[in-house]
Amino acid sequence: MAQPLDYLKESPSQTAGPYVHIGCLPNFCGIAGVYPADLGHSMVNARTRGERITLSGRIIDGTGTPLRDAMVEIWQADAAGLYNSPSETRGTADPDFTGWGRQAADPETGLWRFETIRPGPVPFPDGRLQAPHISVWIVARGINLGLNTRIYFPENEAANAADPVLSRIEHKNRVPTLIARRDGAAYSHDIHLQGDAETVFLDI
Amino acid sequence: MSNDAPETGAFFARDREWHPKPLTPGYKTSVLRSPQKALLSFDNTISEITGPTFGHSMLGELDNDLIHNFARNGESAIGERIVVHGRLLDERGRGVAGALLEFWQANAGGRYRHKRDGYLAPLDPNFGGCGRTVTDERGFYAFRTVRPGPYPWPNGPNEWRPAHIHFSVFGHGFAQRLITQMYFEGDPLIARCPIVRTINDPAAICQLTAALDMNATVPMDALAYKFDIVLRGRRSTLFENRLEGN
Repeated sequence: MAQPLDYLKESPSQTAGPYVHIGCLPNFCGIAGVYPADLGHSMVNARTRGERITLSGRIIDGTGTPLRDAMVEIWQADAAGLYNSPSETRGTADPDFTGWGRQAADPETGLWRFETIRPGPVPFPDGRLQAPHISVWIVARGINLGLNTRIYFPENEAANAADPVLSRIEHKNRVPTLIARRDGAAYSHDIHLQGDAETVFLDI
Repeated sequence: MSNDAPETGAFFARDREWHPKPLTPGYKTSVLRSPQKALLSFDNTISEITGPTFGHSMLGELDNDLIHNFARNGESAIGERIVVHGRLLDERGRGVAGALLEFWQANAGGRYRHKRDGYLAPLDPNFGGCGRTVTDERGFYAFRTVRPGPYPWPNGPNEWRPAHIHFSVFGHGFAQRLITQMYFEGDPLIARCPIVRTINDPAAICQLTAALDMNATVPMDALAYKFDIVLRGRRSTLFENRLEGN
């Protein structure tokens, strides 16, 4: 016998369900007057430093059907590669950039969309640089525990090839599931929950 | 927020046997919405260790009072008035200060204020169903609401959700992000629910079941339920061979 390890257990997850919008995006679903605006709706303002981009996509189920009730959150560094977080110890992030956004999939088309900026690179724990990326968290009816993934940028070929996380993907033909498609300043990125095109999801 | 220096350690690995698995066929929608390939594991980087924080200053006066935050002047929501309170902790037992909690629920009759909810139980004109708060410097939180009713849902032919309140929880790092549901002590629908039963371990289901807390009631006003929430703990950075910064 040994001394007990007295750690608590993390509260188990449950699905966000089909009405997640009531709690997280009330104005979006027609509950007006409780909060002035939905949290995470806007990430940038007129003073935000960096190159403006839009990021949009759909989340697609095992039959190829887009989810119309999903909620997507993104978290990213500012243009200089700094996070707007108390745990960021390398410097002070752009105060005009939240780094965090939250959007619903469109109830008809399933399309979600963020207006943000291109993130700078951030280091891996061993000091190597990670390629610029945006962290993504997805919840929806039928998803029991929120899914984590990342979005990388297609023009950063060399940085992506050297990225410590992308390099860990054993099946190289799955790497493109984490790389957005570019059309000028607009990036699109579909996330496939299952099947041959299944997106790489992360255990972080 | 406390005056302690922000913590920068990686989070304890998630116990994915304790959490529900992605594919839980008793909950039918999970069948086509569950990844089939293995997750890619790696130790937290600064992208996962950091996360957004929200100050008390963003809160409106009634944000933690669902009885009144959607009600007309001088009126209030119909139902069993309750206080829900508890503490946000991490796996080391430390209070998580300054963390945003968001909650949403059906009204006393089990009806959600949402276009997609077609249940015949009526809306309450004085109940919206959303609220939020930020934990204090020791991780405590509280809000007032009415106890939600159970409601039927199209999974099996006669399936009813137990009374529940949904919780969205932010810690200090994006890897702590969590959504879960709170159930009520003694509800006989808990054991029958396919969403509850996506969790295998009975002890994990107990962790989502709030206890009636007579010590926290407001006499002649509201009953109370206590619901503590635990987020992932952080490793110490004392002995990590991390190259801080660039």
